[in-house]
Amino acid sequence: MTHSLHRFGRYEDLTGDYIVFAMPARGINDAEAVEVQKAFLRMALEHDPVNIGDAKRGGEFTPQVGLNPLVHWRRNTEPDPQAVVDGVEAPGIVAAVFDEYGRMEDFVRALQAADLGVSINISALADRAHDCCKACGITRHSVEYSLGFQGRTDLLPEKSVLELSTMCGHGTISFGLARKMVDRVRSGRRSPKEAARTLARFCVCSIFNPARAERILEAARGRKK
Amino acid sequence: MWIDPKLCVGCANCVAVCPMEAISMDHRTRRAQVDLDECVECHACYRGMSRERLNPTAVRLVRRVAELFRLRFDPEPDVCPTSAITPQELTWPRTVRRAFSDVLVTHESTGILGRGTEEVKTNDVTGRLGPGRAGFVVELGRPSVGARFHDIQRVAMALASAGAVFESKNPLTGLMTDPTRGTMNPEILGEKVLSAILEFQTELGEVEALLQLLGRVAEEIDTVMAVGVASRCDEEGRNPLEAILPRAGIRVLRAKTNLGLGRRSPSGLPPPAGVPPEVPGGVHPSGPSGSQEGEVVQ
Repeated sequence: MTHSLHRFGRYEDLTGDYIVFAMPARGINDAEAVEVQKAFLRMALEHDPVNIGDAKRGGEFTPQVGLNPLVHWRRNTEPDPQAVVDGVEAPGIVAAVFDEYGRMEDFVRALQAADLGVSINISALADRAHDCCKACGITRHSVEYSLGFQGRTDLLPEKSVLELSTMCGHGTISFGLARKMVDRVRSGRRSPKEAARTLARFCVCSIFNPARAERILEAARGRKK
Repeated sequence: MWIDPKLCVGCANCVAVCPMEAISMDHRTRRAQVDLDECVECHACYRGMSRERLNPTAVRLVRRVAELFRLRFDPEPDVCPTSAITPQELTWPRTVRRAFSDVLVTHESTGILGRGTEEVKTNDVTGRLGPGRAGFVVELGRPSVGARFHDIQRVAMALASAGAVFESKNPLTGLMTDPTRGTMNPEILGEKVLSAILEFQTELGEVEALLQLLGRVAEEIDTVMAVGVASRCDEEGRNPLEAILPRAGIRVLRAKTNLGLGRRSPSGLPPPAGVPPEVPGGVHPSGPSGSQEGEVVQ
């Protein structure tokens, strides 16, 4: 899940952003992966994540794609975590996003005790993930480090837009939409929560952190362009 | 991607949604249009937006009346009111655009799924990255700038000249005419994708030199790139890159940590037929595995 690796932000801001994901190895331990992934998601829900997702089917903020005129004024945009659990139907990556270290660590302890057998990864600040391992008595196996962005960085947008957009590493949250949501919040036409949920809908794998997005949007509200 | 002018009502919601800024308004026709040279067929507009099926004539009439009376309204930003966004049938070489840009599509061009492989995410089970080795993941076009294959080839050739051996199961490697030189199929050099990943392993001792090389070649390309490097921890959980990267002047913030909780057969059941028995330390004797079938990986 390289797409979770390169999130842009300051250290202090990233202390509220933890992704824990489970992935079976193809052809090795994926025979019972569907049930294992459902168990992972059910356990995650007991620790109050801000988002959960199945990379193949989407997550709790995934939009209702087909609308009709009858729902024009009654569009349901509420998250539906149980649908994510029920929707897992093939081996793949499932993820839970936390905005608080303690809840993430509790979830990792629960995973350790459950011994699901598939690979578990934490994508977060390197030192906080290490702290979690030490607290749980886990010896890290491998680590992949983000070395940031190089090349034509002049093509990248302003900080708040980049922070929002890189929460979907697949790039499906455009700079334009992130900027539009910042502008909507600034002009009072959307609350930070509404804007964060709109952005979350575009993250196919549902590793977007809407709680962090709210904080970014709230901070951008009082800032000049 | 195509926006049906008979259905489009000119709400412009899709303009902001496009990661490549390939959608714009034609102010003469008052319809949205797609710049096909910039569109990478990521389907973010088609899949991300909810699609209503309102009558376009009625919607245009309402919009005109509202405009006439100088009325402002604030539509939902992620809805196409008339389902005007329409995917197109793609042909080679345009198929590579979608293969590398739409996160939910099988690699039609290579037969391999996703933008990359399992990397170190399942290293505790596969052992594909062994002790003393470093795994590089160089993603061009990220974040949300996009990359053309001639830039990807430029970086690949620089890495190949430094001795990088590209991961054989990475879909980008499958598009190389000569992986030892990093040359890409010339038919795709002008094609643009949301991002693409060059993946290779090296010895830990070569990491600093390769980082310097990447820094130099980054100045020669017309896009951005995001670099990740991985290695295996020792029995105490220490990672050798935590000493190497600061020497190279790199301060690391984020990382992806494999906790080592995976094993070869979940739930204590025997491994599936044809899979060799478990090896201490999680090293898989049959070598690296490719991406999960149907999996979204980069």
